[in-house]
Amino acid sequence: MLKTAINSFHRDQDARMVEYAGWDMPLFYASGATEEHRIVRRSAGLFDVSHMGRFRIKGSGSADFLNHLISSDVKSLPIGLSGYGLLLNPQGGIIDDVFLYHIAAENYLLVVNASNLEKDWQWLEKHKDGYDIILTDESPESSLFALQGPRVIPVLETLTGLSLQNNWERFGVREFILENIPFLAGRTGYTGEDGVEIFVANEQALALWKIILKNFSPHCEISPCGLACRDSLRFEPGFPLYGHELNETILPPQALLKWACHMEGDFIGKEAVTALLEKGVEKKLITLSLVDKGVPREGYDVLSSEGEVIGQVVSGLYAPTVDKYCANAFVPLAYSKAGTEIQVSL
Amino acid sequence: MMEIRYAKTHEWAGKEGDLYVCGLSEYAQDKIGDVVFVELPETGAEVEQNAPFGVIESVKAANDLYSPLNGEVAEVNTALEDEPELVNSSPLEDGWICKIRSDDESFAALMSEDEYQVYLKGQDE
Repeated sequence: MLKTAINSFHRDQDARMVEYAGWDMPLFYASGATEEHRIVRRSAGLFDVSHMGRFRIKGSGSADFLNHLISSDVKSLPIGLSGYGLLLNPQGGIIDDVFLYHIAAENYLLVVNASNLEKDWQWLEKHKDGYDIILTDESPESSLFALQGPRVIPVLETLTGLSLQNNWERFGVREFILENIPFLAGRTGYTGEDGVEIFVANEQALALWKIILKNFSPHCEISPCGLACRDSLRFEPGFPLYGHELNETILPPQALLKWACHMEGDFIGKEAVTALLEKGVEKKLITLSLVDKGVPREGYDVLSSEGEVIGQVVSGLYAPTVDKYCANAFVPLAYSKAGTEIQVSL
Repeated sequence: MMEIRYAKTHEWAGKEGDLYVCGLSEYAQDKIGDVVFVELPETGAEVEQNAPFGVIESVKAANDLYSPLNGEVAEVNTALEDEPELVNSSPLEDGWICKIRSDDESFAALMSEDEYQVYLKGQDE
């Protein structure tokens, strides 16, 4: 099993470890996933997400190449900013959802899901002919942390002496040094909170992780957090997770991701997306909350109020902030309107 | 103090009056993490030792609960409907799951505390 550079920390903390996409990852630490969820909502949490893939794309053809492969408007992404996008197949199906950082001129960093790393790499390799680019998989050399919560930016400002709250735009990328460790941070994340995603060399990853926990703790509550609460945190604000809300048979408009498609651009899959939009979307992602108690797990049938099976749950869990049992499911358009009464077969 | 005995599937049982109280072990609640929902067996249901009789849902997974004893469910802990987290905070007391009217034979077939501790060592290796 693959191990991140700070695996020893997770083990030393007696985190509950699980295998995820071939990696030995923490599911939760001693205080439990629900408390970790709440600490991120009220203060700050630190996640090891080094299992995610990081590809470097450099060269004069990089913007054209990425613009062709990613659904969003890559050419309009200024240096120093990052943005969300999709890799689509020619049928419009979602190969992966990705985050692109425009680091410098002709220099991009693409963050991909751990479970899709190999598939994405092959896809990029397959389409690079004709573009003047150098493609590198930097995943093995660096670590990726997510530092998330409402206290993150104010405390980072205190620790660095920099003016950040109003001078660092959302998705902006900056370089920092904390206790002599340099790292790159993007003001983004996948929890619905303000925060940063941090790129650091493996050699300094464990030291930086400990420095963050140590230096933040006099200023605010902070806890290492595992994958379980990362899932519940992304679920509450409606962020999709690959393999659940997204897969190669789902097109962006069905998953409510038409906004991530630059329809004036020229990306792989655009024709299929255009055709679907012209024809009309026949099924759509919805979020439902249960009236009764019970966890609507993935794969459970969703039924109309008359009892006809109309879809299946793709993500379902207990949402701590709203204290409700909720699920995402794809259902025919007729059942997708807010307020529609439907059932889940638990 | 009542004698508590354990099933291989990590449920416990202990005699209280003419009934056996049952729950989930300290070890198991720690392993599965935050409990968010417990599907309790029905009062009056006939249960069979080692057969599923409920479901316990933690943040990331649903786990079957297996009856530690043969018998009939006499009472269920309805407090778990509103506070499933009692299974985490007090697995051997307030977080009990149900009370079963049972024979002593199926109780005797369970592991003693000492045997269970030895069994757990094997689980983590």
